[in-house]
Amino acid sequence: MPQLFKPSANTLAKLSVILAGLLPVVVLYAGVTVSRSPYNTKVDIPIDQPIPFSHQHHAYELGIDCRYCHTTVEKTAIAGVPPTETCMSCHSQIWTNSPLLEPVRKSYETGLPIAFADGSPGWTKVNAVPDFVYFDHSIHIDRGINCNVCHGPVNKMQITWKGNDFQMRWCLECHREPEKYLYTDAANPNLSGREQVFNLYMKLQEGAKLTQREYNMLYKNEFRYSPNTKEIEEGKALVKKYGVTKESNVDCYTCHH
Amino acid sequence: MAVQEKLNISDPAELLTGEQSYSSLDHEIGDIVLDQKRHQMRWWLIVGAAFLLVNVMLMSIGYLLYMGIGIWGNNQPVGWGFDIINFVWWIGIGHAGTLISAILLLMRQQWRNSINRFAEAMTLFAVMCAGLYPLLHTGRPWVAYWLFPYPNILGMWPQFRSPLIWDVFAVSTYITVSALFWFVGLIPDFATLRDRSKPMWLKKLWGILAMGWRGSVKHWHRYEAAYLILAGLSTPLVLSVHSIVSLDFAVSIVPGWNVTIFPPYFVAGAVFAGFAMVLTLAIPIRKWYKLENLITPTHLDWCAKVMLATGTIVFYGYVMEVFYAWYSGNPYELFLKENRMGGPYAWAFWSLWICNGLMILPLWIPKVRKNLVALMIISQFVSVGMWLERFVIIPMSLHRDYLPSSWGMYYPTIWDFGMFFGTIGFFVFMMFLFIRFLPMINIFEMKDLLLRKEHDGHKNGAAHAAPAMGGGKGGE
Repeated sequence: MPQLFKPSANTLAKLSVILAGLLPVVVLYAGVTVSRSPYNTKVDIPIDQPIPFSHQHHAYELGIDCRYCHTTVEKTAIAGVPPTETCMSCHSQIWTNSPLLEPVRKSYETGLPIAFADGSPGWTKVNAVPDFVYFDHSIHIDRGINCNVCHGPVNKMQITWKGNDFQMRWCLECHREPEKYLYTDAANPNLSGREQVFNLYMKLQEGAKLTQREYNMLYKNEFRYSPNTKEIEEGKALVKKYGVTKESNVDCYTCHH
Repeated sequence: MAVQEKLNISDPAELLTGEQSYSSLDHEIGDIVLDQKRHQMRWWLIVGAAFLLVNVMLMSIGYLLYMGIGIWGNNQPVGWGFDIINFVWWIGIGHAGTLISAILLLMRQQWRNSINRFAEAMTLFAVMCAGLYPLLHTGRPWVAYWLFPYPNILGMWPQFRSPLIWDVFAVSTYITVSALFWFVGLIPDFATLRDRSKPMWLKKLWGILAMGWRGSVKHWHRYEAAYLILAGLSTPLVLSVHSIVSLDFAVSIVPGWNVTIFPPYFVAGAVFAGFAMVLTLAIPIRKWYKLENLITPTHLDWCAKVMLATGTIVFYGYVMEVFYAWYSGNPYELFLKENRMGGPYAWAFWSLWICNGLMILPLWIPKVRKNLVALMIISQFVSVGMWLERFVIIPMSLHRDYLPSSWGMYYPTIWDFGMFFGTIGFFVFMMFLFIRFLPMINIFEMKDLLLRKEHDGHKNGAAHAAPAMGGGKGGE
């Protein structure tokens, strides 16, 4: 009777054992990596909008306050996307013939939302949490969490991108250890948390000298920055001052109601 | 040798009857796989009927995924209904296979050898059926991987303090070890099939599965070691898996669930139900495939004895539950027992006592234990009884708890029954595929038994010992 298998079958058999051991590791590693990569999270990828709106130009170069457009950010859960009328408060006077602003004028005339040239409704959402997450902007502003901590260096964005992945792992990093992320301006320690947020942007506009921490908050991603022991001690004091309830911060129902 | 004779309770002559030789054993067992023409109309009828039920199961699952578990009867106050009953029922049935293959191996019970293979297959298929239920019960089976601890983007671990998570580990370990054990045991038989089958592609297929088995002494030595290690791994699983399943209930504070006797009582119940299923399958199959010489009345007698012993433990559990309720003086426990005995589901409670208490009593009579018809009937009662036991424990404890304002009734829907009968069909379907395509009895273990039988015979007849063949359980 001829042999069933060639001698190379031995190698194949050994190889298959090694592969069977490696495969789960590779699959797990790939899953873990891909789920955290910009491919999945869309972090750092500028998103197409009907109008190439520049936060860098409006918020940084012109120095328009965040709240001029995002009017409800201090008071409600939602920061708010400005209506066409807000754009027109300036653009009825300047750049009135700019072809880039055609969608704004069209929206203003028709009363329909700003749309892409092909008619599909505009302002693509950049930052979103799932419907079962009850995120509230006002409480975060009230505790002095700077916009850029979550949204990235918005003052440098020509086209807006997502600053952080907004995965639950990321939310919990701050909810578990808020002392690492709370900040106060040493020169103005008596400001409330809400005032601290906008105080920093004022300082930026005035061209005041920023501390390393402040620079990191504005330009680096806060989450790629680890505070030193002194800053953490200050953070702990702020946790008390702002009345952050660390225990309920990690309760399921705090964010999932 | 003397010790081993003491340990070998059954005489090899009783475990292997008829005129047997090594090649006749190859024929009797191997030809069921090699000679596909042996599977006649009966096989097709059973598999066809089972396949219809498999489709019922697939439809039930499909509609469930589309609609959500609202199509089932579970609702407040009974959140655990058919899904959990059937999960516990199936997982219990699986236990006989592991007990036979692991514990009886370590105890050197030779009567395990002709039933262990298909009992292990039974375990695998039963655990598959069982696993479906909690998976679908989660409501979103596509994210079931959340149950495992892996570096996830939620920044969370599973709740390690919950017995439901222990269940995930227990059941997944159980199916992994059972599958390995089953496969390792099959390797020498794959080699036999490789050597005996004719078509080249079939030889190659068996050859791949046999993983280069040549039957050398080295191979046998390693095989024995691997098999023993796996038996050692499986042995605690026999006890742990159903203990952990019982903790799903015992850890809670629901009257009727919060009982310390649950783990041993569940394990006994599992083995009880499992042996009933072994008998249910073994009795017709040995007749249809003419295996009466390999699965003898002695085997069935032993199975019946195990069933009687575990059944008695289970019944002791029932009696103790009533005693505890009375002895605790806890009004909720007392009410629960009253509700079981006289409430709207009293029929289930009393049927349970009849099936698992009364109907096994005839097994005390040796003649009944060798009577195929009687064994078959009793096994059916046990299977029904063990299902009722889970019904009595699960929905009956939930439907009337502390708050009378939230009392209610549990009504399963057609989709509950669709899943239940569907998984029964799946189980039968898989079993009959197994019977047709894999050797259902351990060929080399039977050869080993034959060797022992001849050895015993020669000792009496003062002739030479038979030449060494196979590896066997080489204690001598």
